[in-house]
Amino acid sequence: MQINPHLGISQLNVHIGDQQILKNININFPNKAITAIIGPSGCGKTTLLKTMNRLIENSRGVNITGKVLINGQNIYDDYEDLTSLRKKMGLLAQRPTPLPMSIYANVVFGLKLHGIKDEKILQEKAEKYLRIASLWDEVHDRMRDPASKLSIGQQQRLCLARGLAIEPEIILCDEPTSALDPISSKKIEESFNELKQEYTIILVTHILRQARRLADYVVFMYLGEIIEFGPAKEIFENPKEQLTKEYIGGLIS
Amino acid sequence: MNLRILIDRFACRFSAFLSVCCVALLALIAVGLIYKSWPILLEHSLSELLFSTIWSPMKGKFGFLSFIISTFQITIFSLLIAFPICLLSATYLVELAPRSILKIVLPLIDILAGVPSVIYGIWGVLMIVPCIRDHIAPFFGYTTSGYCILTGSLVLAIMVVPVMMHLLIQVLQAVPHELRDSTLSLGATHWQMIKLVVWRKCLPGIMATTILGISKAIGETIAVLMVVGNVVQIPKNLFESGYPLPALIANNYGEMLSIPQYDAALMFAALILLAVILFFNMASAYILKRVTKSIT
Ligand SMILES: Nc1ncnc2c1ncn2[C@@H]1O[C@H](COP(=O)(O)OP(=O)(O)O)[C@@H](O)[C@H]1O
Ligand SMILES: [Mg+2]
Repeated sequence: MQINPHLGISQLNVHIGDQQILKNININFPNKAITAIIGPSGCGKTTLLKTMNRLIENSRGVNITGKVLINGQNIYDDYEDLTSLRKKMGLLAQRPTPLPMSIYANVVFGLKLHGIKDEKILQEKAEKYLRIASLWDEVHDRMRDPASKLSIGQQQRLCLARGLAIEPEIILCDEPTSALDPISSKKIEESFNELKQEYTIILVTHILRQARRLADYVVFMYLGEIIEFGPAKEIFENPKEQLTKEYIGGLIS
Repeated sequence: MNLRILIDRFACRFSAFLSVCCVALLALIAVGLIYKSWPILLEHSLSELLFSTIWSPMKGKFGFLSFIISTFQITIFSLLIAFPICLLSATYLVELAPRSILKIVLPLIDILAGVPSVIYGIWGVLMIVPCIRDHIAPFFGYTTSGYCILTGSLVLAIMVVPVMMHLLIQVLQAVPHELRDSTLSLGATHWQMIKLVVWRKCLPGIMATTILGISKAIGETIAVLMVVGNVVQIPKNLFESGYPLPALIANNYGEMLSIPQYDAALMFAALILLAVILFFNMASAYILKRVTKSIT
């Protein structure tokens, strides 16, 4: 496929305790496109996502072998400084995670961590990314309110803006709309469609219709293995593997 | 009417009755204390009782200021010692230590919380008093019997730590994992995550725990009176003896009833203690509510 993948994984195995969660994962994620990871719950989607920004290491008893390459560098070797690795990727969690502070402080939290102090720059960026997450109109006149006052859907868009504000190259999303109402989900999905012009987006989802709507490429996982990977059209219309067929046809879930 | 509904009604009313009883009990205690300390309130003005340092029951002088100040000193210093220890160890146990350590430490903490206070008192007399007298006070250039405010505060701190620590561990554990993951993935270091997000998220819980610790510390009696020296004076430094209110009551109640008004004076001491705790709890409930509103 492409020559210089942003994000690639080779021969990745993850054990937690004596259980093998991920089995020999090999994949190069396409740049500037949405790759959906689908599969029944418990198949290791979240774990795979967490290996990409090394959050998985915080779980107890994990053992990781293999490589995750970002711009050709193995994140398990070459990144002494985890914070600079994580600056390259935004994470959108399954449930919104507003930080216990104001809306404004939430958006600029990452920027401040990375040393930007100039209030004018912070404000500009806050506005810019709140607009991209289509939240600006709803919150611009109450930026100092606690973020927890927002509705769940607004909170998730706030988290998106917060992740984008650190200006990552890659966005990792773990079922980002599963806690949201349909209208908020739609707004998030619309943002993704625009964001893929500039970002490499990895979207874990258990909603097949969402994958159909958004994904350019699809990875189907089952019991810790990648069963099939390819352009969305092929996976949905003409899957090669029997398991993929059954999952897409709703036989296994 | 069938039996189920009858039982339901009865259960509701009975629960309501019990709740009223609890509140009524507090009121009864307050009324009882006011009634019993009335004689001394008739003879002396409130400001004299609260702000005079002259304590000489034989001559009919009852100034409670030394006791009040000792009480506050011991409470504040014990919390100053206990709070950082609790917060940092609870944070270490929840955030950084392997799960197995927490599993071992938590039951130990609970055992410590259940040790009777008289045992802490004896331990204070045997270990802390000599240690302060022979090593710590000389190091700072003071001479002391070892029975002093610092010893009292230390013993009290050691008693408060297990209770506060257990609560703080629970408070910290209640912070959702997703919140930690999100903070880290924004590029925060572990320490930044703890400082800027976890502690902040827990602030109401941390405050509630501290309030509980202070309430426990203000009223703790036996262990403190065993090590604090029980000298009526305003302690000028940590190595001087003090005499907190609970110790005054416990040491003297039931004796020397022949001194006029002594009985009423001790009741008044109890009343001050109750008032302090009530006021403190109400004030902190108010502050807690404000903080909770502005943070979570
Ligand atoms: N910290 C952990 N300890 C033990 N097992 C875990 C842990 N995290 C995940 N697992 C196991 O790994 C498997 C994959 O989990 P996960 O990646 O969350 O699946 P998905 O996101 O696809 O639903 C599950 O069987 C789960 O029980
Ligand atoms: Mg998951």
